[in-house]
Amino acid sequence: MQLERLADTFFNLQVMQQYLPKIVEGFFVTIQIALAVVLAGIAAGLALALVRAFRIKAVNFCIILGVDVLRALPPLVLIIGFYFALPTIGIRMSAWVATWLALSLVLAAFAEEIFWAGILAVPKGQWEAARSTGLTFVQTLTDVVMPQAVRLTIPPLTNRTIAITKGTALGAVIAVGEILYQAQTAYSFSYNPSPLVLGAAAYLILFIPVVYFGRWVETRFAWKR
Amino acid sequence: MSGEAPILEVRGLHKSFGALEVLKGIDLAVAKGELVFVIGPSGSGKSTLLRCCNRLEEPTSGSIRVEGVDVMAPGTNINAVRRRIGMVFQSFNLYPHLDALGNVALALRKVVGKPRAEAERLGRAALERVGLAEKAASFPNELSGGQQQRVAIARALALEPAILLFDEPTSALDPELVGSVLAVMRELRESGMTMVVVSHEMRFARSAADRVIFMDHGVIVEQGPPQKLFNAPEHPRIRDFIASIEH
Repeated sequence: MQLERLADTFFNLQVMQQYLPKIVEGFFVTIQIALAVVLAGIAAGLALALVRAFRIKAVNFCIILGVDVLRALPPLVLIIGFYFALPTIGIRMSAWVATWLALSLVLAAFAEEIFWAGILAVPKGQWEAARSTGLTFVQTLTDVVMPQAVRLTIPPLTNRTIAITKGTALGAVIAVGEILYQAQTAYSFSYNPSPLVLGAAAYLILFIPVVYFGRWVETRFAWKR
Repeated sequence: MSGEAPILEVRGLHKSFGALEVLKGIDLAVAKGELVFVIGPSGSGKSTLLRCCNRLEEPTSGSIRVEGVDVMAPGTNINAVRRRIGMVFQSFNLYPHLDALGNVALALRKVVGKPRAEAERLGRAALERVGLAEKAASFPNELSGGQQQRVAIARALALEPAILLFDEPTSALDPELVGSVLAVMRELRESGMTMVVVSHEMRFARSAADRVIFMDHGVIVEQGPPQKLFNAPEHPRIRDFIASIEH
């Protein structure tokens, strides 16, 4: 019967059982890369936005150019470039590092734009009030502007972060042992797509709470003036 | 004004924004304890004059001295000078992420370097002076416009400035809230604070100002005691302007 075939093809318990440990292994690799990407990407994006706030023309030109390029390139192109192209000029990195670096750079680029928009959204009067009391530029930035800017940026930043950390699946292309890679490998060994269903389940288990967290953050930080 | 050096001394102040010359040579000396009121049509350069005094706007030329310190000199630490010049803005500009006490105490901690407890003690004292001690833990969005402006005054006051600059402090307020802010300003005047006030509150000017300055097109047209300027100005423009404001 059709239904039986369907179950046997996509929900084959025997196959699932056999490859579950591999998927679990991939699950933790995905978490590892995702966390590393979030930390590095947001930190670098924040740093870039802070540097941009000094409005040094040459520096800002470089930041804007770099950010625009990174936002325009598909992350997969970066990953493949880092992993396959850079070794030809003597820069070698593991598949894990290539994936992490590529996604971190992309997240940094988007985060920079989001933080910068947040900084610009803080009214000029806030700068003036702070400076008029004798606070320095840097003190104004850290104690008056950034607390407001960060609060404005949390909802868009959360959404962007979720979108980019899902890109860890791209690491499968260069054999990073994350969820998708493990599922695909299991599929090709078993000639049965049930491991892919397991993989999808693993992504849901990982990202549904993150999506809900994002929604909570969005309401929690809705700005009141 | 004789004898003691002025708290604020502006000489030959020019300020242009691109091709637009907003201030065309302003000379002004404000004595200790004096309340100087600056009036004039919008676009006459009143706010720009105030904002040049603490270099929120960079003057194009001229000199500004606060307590004898040349604000424009290359070696001057502008942040140290700004501690001595308080400023109150039309739109309050309170920090929305800090409560009233946090707003008042921030510069005490960061600029003056007071430890937190000491900064908060001084902050509370400043809030007390504007009658808002009980609102210390309220955030700006929980306060009325009048209360916000009084917190803003406390924020400036807490640094014990030599002079306070008010840039249309009541223009953004509902009429029924204006009185509470003016009452605080009157109390400050009575306690001897030196103040320069840009405002359209003519009744307050009549009763509280030592001197009224009328500005138009970037120059001081006429100045004198309020009775003189309001009742018998030399320039007909002033009479017209006052009539247009008061009715």
